[in-house]
Amino acid sequence: MQIIILGAGQVGTGMARSLSQEDFDITVVDTDAVRLRELQEKLDIRTVLGHGAHPQTLIRAGIEDAELLIALTNSDETNMVACQVAYSLFNTPTKVARVRAADYLAHPELFKREHAPIDVLISPEGLVTDHIQHLIEYPGALQVLDFADGRARLVGTRAFYDGPLVGHELRELREKLPDSVDARVAAIFRNDEPIIPKGDTVIEVDDIVYFLAAHDDIPVVMRELRRMGGPANRIMLAGGGNIGAALARRLERTHHVKLVERDAGRAELIAEDLDTTIVLVGDCADEDLLHEEGIDEIDVFCALTNDDEANILSSMLAKRMGADKVITLINRPAYVDLVESDRIDVAVSPQQVTIGALLTHIRRGHMVRVHSLRRGAAEAIEAVAHGRPGQSKVVGRRIEEIDLPPDTSIGGIIRGDEVIIAHHDVMIEPDDHVILFVADQRQIWRVEKLFAVDAMFV
Amino acid sequence: MSAYAPVQRIVAVLLGFLSLGFLPPLIFAVINDDGAALAFVTSLVTVLIVATLLYWPVRRANRDLRVRDGFLVVVACWGAVCLAGSLPFILALDAGLADAVFESTSGITTTGATVFSGLDDMPISIRWYRQQLQWMGGLGIIVLAVAILPMLRIGGMQVYKAEVTGPVKESRLTPRIAETAKALWLIYIGLTAICAAAYWAAGMSLFDAVTHSFSTIATAGFSTYDDSIGHFDSAMIDWLVVFFIFVASLNFALHFLALRRATAQVYLRDPELKLFAFLLLAVSAIATVLLWQQQVFGSFWESLRYAVFHAVSYTTTTGFATDSVYLWPGMLPLLLLLVSAFGGCAGATTGGFKIVRVYLLTKQGIRELQRLIHPRAVVPLKLGGRTLNQEVANAVWGFVSLYIVCVVALTLIVAGIEHDLVTAVSVVFSAMNNLGPALGEAGANWGSLNDSTKWLMSFAMLLGRLEIFTILVLLTPAYWKH
Repeated sequence: MQIIILGAGQVGTGMARSLSQEDFDITVVDTDAVRLRELQEKLDIRTVLGHGAHPQTLIRAGIEDAELLIALTNSDETNMVACQVAYSLFNTPTKVARVRAADYLAHPELFKREHAPIDVLISPEGLVTDHIQHLIEYPGALQVLDFADGRARLVGTRAFYDGPLVGHELRELREKLPDSVDARVAAIFRNDEPIIPKGDTVIEVDDIVYFLAAHDDIPVVMRELRRMGGPANRIMLAGGGNIGAALARRLERTHHVKLVERDAGRAELIAEDLDTTIVLVGDCADEDLLHEEGIDEIDVFCALTNDDEANILSSMLAKRMGADKVITLINRPAYVDLVESDRIDVAVSPQQVTIGALLTHIRRGHMVRVHSLRRGAAEAIEAVAHGRPGQSKVVGRRIEEIDLPPDTSIGGIIRGDEVIIAHHDVMIEPDDHVILFVADQRQIWRVEKLFAVDAMFV
Repeated sequence: MSAYAPVQRIVAVLLGFLSLGFLPPLIFAVINDDGAALAFVTSLVTVLIVATLLYWPVRRANRDLRVRDGFLVVVACWGAVCLAGSLPFILALDAGLADAVFESTSGITTTGATVFSGLDDMPISIRWYRQQLQWMGGLGIIVLAVAILPMLRIGGMQVYKAEVTGPVKESRLTPRIAETAKALWLIYIGLTAICAAAYWAAGMSLFDAVTHSFSTIATAGFSTYDDSIGHFDSAMIDWLVVFFIFVASLNFALHFLALRRATAQVYLRDPELKLFAFLLLAVSAIATVLLWQQQVFGSFWESLRYAVFHAVSYTTTTGFATDSVYLWPGMLPLLLLLVSAFGGCAGATTGGFKIVRVYLLTKQGIRELQRLIHPRAVVPLKLGGRTLNQEVANAVWGFVSLYIVCVVALTLIVAGIEHDLVTAVSVVFSAMNNLGPALGEAGANWGSLNDSTKWLMSFAMLLGRLEIFTILVLLTPAYWKH
C-alpha cells in the first residue's frame, strides 16, 4: 500500500519509521531538505521536498497511486488544504489530518465530504488528554488501552514484590480472583523482551504485565500484582497548555486539582474557564512552591509543559518531595528510555499515542482498534471476526484451535455488550470482536491474514 | 566484533551470489566442449570457498549499515568482483595476473579496453564470458544486489548512493529502494532483449546478437571479434548500434517514467537530454566534415556513417569501433578521446562526467558572466525548472577538480613508465572515462603496455566507474578514525 506522509516532524517521522518496517511504501513530504536527507539515510522510504498542499508536490510524491494521505504538518490549514486537494484532484481514498485548533474541532460539520473532506481527524492534544486521564484513574498503571468504547481495557502495570500473584504461576490468578471477576494476562515484558504467557509462567518482580479485564474489574486484578493505595484524589498538573487545561476541566469535578502555570496571563485565562481547580502562578520546578502546596500529599503529579527537560526535572523533584506517582510528558524518544524507572513512574510520549491512533486507520479491513505499545514494537488489536464458520480461520473455532502466529495471544472477546475473557474452550462466533496482543510487529500481516474472510466460500 | 564485520558479511554474500555468473559460460563450455569448462568450474568453486570463509566468522553481524560503511561496501565489492572475475582468464588463457585483472576490471567497469588479441579464435565460453562481465557491470553490481538480496533492504540506500552515477543521487523511482533497483534492472533487461532482437534481425548470428547487445546496452565496448563492430561491415548494423547506444546513455529514470505514464513527453522535456543530443550532433558534424575534407573515405555518405558511429560510440564512452581511429588524420583522434569525458546522462550506464555535470558547469559559467554585467542580480541555478541548492553545484566543482588532479597525476606516472606522451595521455583518459580505445602504443590493443601501467589503469577504471569520490574517501585518514 502506498502511503504519503506530509510533515517530517516527530509524529511524521515516527509513523514513517514504524510503517516502513512493514509492507508499506512510504513517501514523506516536507519543506526542510536537511531533515529529509537525514530521514532518507536512515529509512527505506522516498522523500519529496516541497509544500505539502501543492498539487505539483503531491504528484511528485505519487499521490495518483496512493491509498492513504496522512497530513501531519505543523499547520492545521496546510493539512486541511492538502486533504481538499487530494480529494478534489486525485480522489485519494483515505485522508487523515492532524488538526490542533480546538476552534476547528468544535465544528465537525466542517470536515464533511462537501466541505473540507477529511476522513479521520487526529488531535494529539485530545488523545494525550484521554491517555493521561486513564492513567490517573488507575494509579499503578503504565498504560491503559480502551477496547469496544472502554468496555474492556488492556492495562499494563509493573509487578511489585508485594503483589500476591508475584512469584506465582499465572494459572493461580483465577483462583485468587473473586468468582465474578475474570482477567487474562496477555503479555509480559521482562527486561524489554516479550514473553507470551502460558499457565505455568511465573511473574517476577519488575515484570511489566499486560492484562485484559472488563472495565470495572481492573482495580481488583491490579491489586494482585502490586500493593495499591486508594484511588487518586489529589492531583497536581504542571503546565497550563491545552493538555493541562483540558485535563483539569475533566478531572476537577471528581478530584482535587491544582494547576501550576508559569505565565500569569495564561493562568488568569485558565482560571476563568475552570471552577474548582486551584490555578497557581509559578515555576513548576520551584521547590518552595511545591512544598507550600503540599506536594507530599499529592497522589498524582503530571508534568505537561512543552519542555521535555523542565518536565523531567520537575517530575523528579516532585517524586523526591513525596508525590505518590508522577506522570511526565516527554517528546524525545531517547529521553523516555532514559527516565522511565523508579524516579518517574510513567513517561507519556505524544507521538506514541498519536501513532497508535493512526495505526487503527492503516491496518487493513477487519481491525477496528489498534494501540501501539513499546515504541511500536508491539501492538494490541481489536479485530472483528467476520464471515461464517468455514469461510474464516477464526469463526466457529475454539480459541485453542486457532492457528495463531508466534508472539501473539488472544486476551478476550467482546460479544455485544459482554466482555468474555479468553480461555482455551471459548468458541468464537460471527461478528465477535477479538482482542489480540501482538508482541512482534513483524507478525501483524499474519494476524491480518488470519481475520481475512476467504472469498472462495462466500 | 570488528566494526567492519557487517561490511565483510555483505561482501561475502555478494561474492557468493555473483559467483553464479560463472554458470552461463560454464554451460557454453560444456555444450561446445571448448576446453574451458575446468577453468570455470575451478573459478566457481574457488570463489564460493572464499566467500564462505569470509562469511562464516561474521554470519551474525547484521547491524545496520552506517552512511560511511556504504563507501567501503561498494569499493570492497567492486574490488573483490574484479579480482574474482580474473580467474577464468588466468586458468583458461594462461594470462598473467596483471593482464587477467586488467581484462576483468575493464569488463566490469564497462571500459572495454582489452589486452588480448585473437579474440575470434578464443574458446566460445571465454568470448561469452567477457561480454557477460560487461553486462553485469553495466547497471552496477550493487544495484543488482539491492534488487535481489533482502539483507540490503536496510542500508541499501547507503550503498546505492555510493554506486549510482550523476550529481543528484537521492532521487528514487519508487518509495522502496529495492523496488527502484528492480525497476532499473527490468528496464535494463528489456532494452537488452530488444537490442539483441534488432541485431539478429539485421543479420548477426544469434550468438553475436546477444553478446553484442550485452556490451551495447552496458555502453561498454567489448566485442567477440578483434575488428569489433567493423567485423560485420554493415551500415544497417552500424546505425542500429548508434541508436541503442544512445538509448542506453539516457537516464534510466526517463525510461521508467515514459513507460509508467505511457508517453514520450518526458524525453522531450528533459534538459539533460537536449544538451546530450546537441553535443552528439555537433561532434558528429565536425567529424563528418573533417573526414570528408581529408578524403579518408570515398563518399560523403561513407564519411557520415563512420563519423556518426565513432562520435556516438566515443562520447558515450562505449568504445565500439568500425575503423582504426588512431590512424585517422589531424585532430580527430584527440577530439574523439576528449569528448569521451562528457559521457552520457546521469543514471545511465556510461562513464565520464555525465552530461548533467557539463550542463551545470556551463550554467554556472554563464551565471558568473551575468553577474559581471548585473552585479546585483540573483541568478538561481536551475535544472528543468527547479532550483538546485548550492551543495549540488559545489559537489560538481569538487568532482571536476578531483577529476583533473587524478588525470594529471596518473598521466605523469604513466608517462614515466611508458616514455610516450600520446600513449600516456590517451590511456589515462580512456581508463578514467571508461572508454576503452586509446592512441599510440595502445591504439590497437593494450597488451604491449607495462604490467605496472595495467595495474594503475585497472585502478583508474574503478576510479572512473565509481565517480572518484567513493574511492578517494577511503584514502583519507579521517575515514578510518573513530
